[in-house]
Amino acid sequence: MTPTEMSIGDNSRSTAFASEQAPARPAGNFLLSVNTISTLTIIFLLVVWWATTTAGLIAPLFLPSPQAVLGKFWLVTTKGFMDSTLWQHLAASLGRVVCALIAAVVLAIPTGIAIGLSRIAQGVLDPLIELYRPVPPLAYLPLIVIWFGIGELSKVLLIFLAIYAPIAIATAGGVRQVSQNRLRAAQSLGATRVQLLRYVVLPSAVPDILTGIRIGLGTGWSTLVAAELVAATSGLGFMVQSAAQFLVTDVVILGIAVIAIIAFALELSLRALSRRLAPWREQGIS
Amino acid sequence: MSRLVIDQVTVHYPGAARGVAALQDVSLVIDPEQLVVALGPSGCGKTTLLNLIAGFLQPTSGRILLDDRLVSGPSAERGVVFQDDALLPWLNVLDNVAFGLQLRGLPGAEREATARRTLQLVDLQEFEQHPIWQLSGGMRQRVGLARGLAADPRVLLLDEPFAALDAFTREQMQELLLRLWRKTRKQIFLITHDLEEAVFLATDLILLSPRPGRVAERMKLDFGHRHANGESARSIKSDPRFIETREHVLSLVFAQREVSTT
Ligand SMILES: Nc1ncnc2c1ncn2[C@@H]1O[C@H](COP(=O)(O)OP(=O)(O)OP(=O)(O)O)[C@@H](O)[C@H]1O
Ligand SMILES: [Mg+2]
Repeated sequence: MTPTEMSIGDNSRSTAFASEQAPARPAGNFLLSVNTISTLTIIFLLVVWWATTTAGLIAPLFLPSPQAVLGKFWLVTTKGFMDSTLWQHLAASLGRVVCALIAAVVLAIPTGIAIGLSRIAQGVLDPLIELYRPVPPLAYLPLIVIWFGIGELSKVLLIFLAIYAPIAIATAGGVRQVSQNRLRAAQSLGATRVQLLRYVVLPSAVPDILTGIRIGLGTGWSTLVAAELVAATSGLGFMVQSAAQFLVTDVVILGIAVIAIIAFALELSLRALSRRLAPWREQGIS
Repeated sequence: MSRLVIDQVTVHYPGAARGVAALQDVSLVIDPEQLVVALGPSGCGKTTLLNLIAGFLQPTSGRILLDDRLVSGPSAERGVVFQDDALLPWLNVLDNVAFGLQLRGLPGAEREATARRTLQLVDLQEFEQHPIWQLSGGMRQRVGLARGLAADPRVLLLDEPFAALDAFTREQMQELLLRLWRKTRKQIFLITHDLEEAVFLATDLILLSPRPGRVAERMKLDFGHRHANGESARSIKSDPRFIETREHVLSLVFAQREVSTT
């Protein structure tokens, strides 16, 4: 709608209906927004955690107090735990995930395009991906270790496999859903096959690719702990594992919290990126 | 100047009810500076005919020629404007209009200059940097028109371009189309199921009838010419001759419907 049309239409409607419709306005004016409620929930959980642990209702071995975890946070960032500081553990984990992500994006997008465009590629690749995708990474981890040893390669490969499938599947879906009229419009403007792919099919699939990356990063990040079970000497998963072996519960909780916060931040930034790169999706245009 | 010939074209869709052709033995010539309008009820093969001319579809039999060359696929010499604008939402208004020139490999500055000029024709120069989803349906259709025109095709094909617009905007778009037709001297093929639109715009009106789709009537009209020569749309549409023609076409449509139901 043009700005003028909108203002004309909407003004007349809101004045005509104002008296009867006022109570039906978005309830957010005097009730709490979802975000506020979510924040309050988290604050409530923290308070319960603080109260039960400080009152001595739970032994610190099972649940250390928030203060203790914060203290450990300071200690682990400055002095380190298992020969590395928190930042080094974090960097090791992020490094693996980023390597795996780059490899997955580079390989999965062309795979997805091929599956979406070609019957042969679909016939060959679809069953392969669909066969391994539902298997939990921990189940094929031993096989990867037998094949590729216990070095970095195995860890990155495990995360890579977790990210690869969602991106490839999402890309193929996006490519298949490209609007026929947009393709035809481009053809009637003289587009060649390569140009169609470059200027119509790929940009159309960008939102789906981003969704695939978001889902893939989610599973990749959760595979991380599994990957770092394999003779790692650093990494958040490794930190949590070894802390658990020594019953250092506050470091365990610290590690879990950092893993959760990073996952949350990744999710939010990918959503923001997708809103930036494909704002038309928000407007109901596919 | 080019001449588009549709020569005894028949289309059978695979899988469609056997024996019933979507188009049967349709012949048609679109000469330079003509504005040919195909009118007909839903399902009579209008889109099929346009897709044939655009090259999206191959006829089962018959040929389509543009300047004696066989039409074998889509190409930039036959521009298309779709009912749902089919614009690219990741490009802004200017880049959408310049898209055809970009595909042709024109340098940025040159294609933007052309796109700006074309946007001026459809009166959207102030919106060139807007993303297309911020535009109204009517504005989007104008961008679609500008995109088609900027690529400078020989024939412009429009598939019910104004059907989704409100009556007021639709009238404005019809007048805009006539102005553009006058100014660019392109030959235009437009399909519609809006009777008044058809009578108002057409230099040549083609009435299609369904099952099988064929040309039931052809007539030459001059209301579009009159408007392009400066007479106002209101005065044309209230001219008794316009009303008479419209009623005549309406009776033809009804007559056909009776034939096809008996
Ligand atoms: N892809 C297709 N496969 C099979 N049959 C089709 C196909 N497209 C159209 N048809 C049939 O061909 C006939 C003509 O269709 P067409 O879309 O050309 O009609 P139309 O005049 O454009 O109708 P409308 O005004 O509703 O857009 C219809 O009977 C339709 O069912
Ligand atoms: Mg149609």
